[in-house]
Amino acid sequence: MDIHEYQAKELLKRFGVQVPRGGIAYSPEQAVYRASELSGDKWVVKAQIHSGARGKAGGVRICANEKEIAEAAQWMLGRVLVTHQTGPQGKLVSRLYVEEATKIAQEIYLAFVMDRKEERVVVVASGQGGMEIEEISANEPESIIRSVVDPAVGMQAFQAREIAFSLGLDAALIPQAVKTITGCYRMMEDTDANMVEINPLVVTQSGEIMALDAKVSFDDNALFRRPEIMEMRDKSQEDTRETFASDRGLNYIGLDGQIGCIVNGAGLAMATLDMIKMAGGEPANFLDVGGGASPERVLMSFQAVLNDPDVEAILVNIFAGINRCDWIAEGVIRAVRELDLKLPIVVRLSGTNVEEGRKLIAESGLPILTAETLAEAAEKAVVAWKAATLKEAV
Amino acid sequence: MAILINRNSRVLVTGLTGRIGSFHAQDMINHGTNVVGGVTPGKGGTKHNGLPVFNTVKGAVAETGADLAICFVPPPFAADAIMEAADAGIQTCVCIADGIPAQDMIKVKRYMRRYKAEKRMRLIGPNCAGIITPGQAFAGLMPPHIYLPGRVGIIGRSGTLGYEAASQMKERGIGVSTSVGIGGDPINGSSFRDILELFENDPDTDAVVMVGEIGGPQEAEAAAYIRDHMTKPVAAYIAGLSAPKGRRMGHAGAIVSAFGESAQEKVEILSEAGVTIVPTPSSFGEVVQRMVA
Repeated sequence: MDIHEYQAKELLKRFGVQVPRGGIAYSPEQAVYRASELSGDKWVVKAQIHSGARGKAGGVRICANEKEIAEAAQWMLGRVLVTHQTGPQGKLVSRLYVEEATKIAQEIYLAFVMDRKEERVVVVASGQGGMEIEEISANEPESIIRSVVDPAVGMQAFQAREIAFSLGLDAALIPQAVKTITGCYRMMEDTDANMVEINPLVVTQSGEIMALDAKVSFDDNALFRRPEIMEMRDKSQEDTRETFASDRGLNYIGLDGQIGCIVNGAGLAMATLDMIKMAGGEPANFLDVGGGASPERVLMSFQAVLNDPDVEAILVNIFAGINRCDWIAEGVIRAVRELDLKLPIVVRLSGTNVEEGRKLIAESGLPILTAETLAEAAEKAVVAWKAATLKEAV
Repeated sequence: MAILINRNSRVLVTGLTGRIGSFHAQDMINHGTNVVGGVTPGKGGTKHNGLPVFNTVKGAVAETGADLAICFVPPPFAADAIMEAADAGIQTCVCIADGIPAQDMIKVKRYMRRYKAEKRMRLIGPNCAGIITPGQAFAGLMPPHIYLPGRVGIIGRSGTLGYEAASQMKERGIGVSTSVGIGGDPINGSSFRDILELFENDPDTDAVVMVGEIGGPQEAEAAAYIRDHMTKPVAAYIAGLSAPKGRRMGHAGAIVSAFGESAQEKVEILSEAGVTIVPTPSSFGEVVQRMVA
């Protein structure tokens, strides 16, 4: 789960990391009022969306007076910002964060990630902050510092000192840097974050170390024990198709194609998308119904897939281990009847109770296409989809 | 002999008295697995479906001589159950739970290192379908009838794709020595490389099929091992050629483990290491048949 910059900064502050003073605003008037509460002669108005690279999309504006703040806020609120991280559909701005402008002396990149090779938290830092990490690794790879944290004892002060000195920080700044780095680690551990990225972390002209931006995402598997983090969820930043599915415990990812997919198992679901593509179609979604799927769950999966208006055909691919093909078939039949489905549906069943499942579908009298293998299913789905769209075109 | 599990394995089921544990323990017994008991804290001394129940894994090991544990404990408690098994002297632990927090798994991996390598428990999973030596025994969720006993090993992240491979092989009369689900979590107990090494040293295995997917460094590690150490032929399928990039991992993640993360890259790395690529999930049977011919 992702959170907004202002939420990430609130958390960081709690763990001893300094951030600029600022406040949240939902209207241009509130933005102006927030600035009046802050000191300084310049302010930054920042669109709060779940994406980095907002500056390039116009989502970060430095303002010198009330008029500029109101104009910036007016422009941003209600606008859909498209960055290279949001995808072409962009994300809606409904909250702003107004901050005191900071006079920057040095910019640093600092991130904490779950490293799959180390199987530990790894700190990644570079003195070349401000740039995105991909650019740093392409242009200044030798500037990147990595440090692995031992989970038995957590981040140690000496590790933080080593990072701080490697960044070339002035000796006088080391205690602040250690507090910042160890604070970030403690936050990661105490909130079950799987990534904390501060870019840039800056040294101000008055000699303070501050997080100017912050991107934090959390381990979905640990949210059950982090209710305070769960409260920070902003559903308006999520794909509505995905929110509908996740609220119902379905593992769904929206894609751009026209063939909806209902599959059991993440690997098989990915493989099904690959097969559709190889057969000349485009998948509309990834959906894993999980193990032990009841007819109701299958019906719900159909609803989730049909929330996408682009869906023009549906492929159901089940290799039942703990699932039961007869339950799946029952769910498919109910979906076709209760949702009055007219679009082509291809069902491939294999594994536990496959004969019962196939029989149910054959006896239903419904125009459900069936397939024995995954390849056959993908081909039939693509052919049926093409035929259906042709008919529409005529 | 196959690897990890056989008809002589003494299997302990943790979380035996739960709905899922009960169901699968019975299925395992029905297919010849030597299940010796279960663990549910607070229910020690009772019997469940005819099996003795213990309060602790240590107690169960002392009484039954269990050497393999399969853990059906729900995700919030699974890390604790794995560490308990490691401390009780279990040799192999299969963990099914899908949804263990990553930080818990980091702790589990750290904890297991307190035991010397030769005494360290081997963890399979989590978030996996389990392990099966067809015709002998299994510890997991798989439908055993789709596997034919034989001499090809399977290692897979995905349960259902592993079923796909096994059933396509069965249709062509090709059997499986052992099938191992290593699970789909970012931090898991055994890697492709770990299991490849077991198959390389197993006299009952002639060839291996790997079922990989996007994300993580383990397929690339496996490729290096295959190139330098494997004498037996290996085939591999990688799922996710059409998967959208960057859905789970943030930017900083991409830099520390970017090499070999996409399906395209993994296919390339594996084929350079001499692995036969299974181009589609429908061609496991055909490719493996050609490989073992």
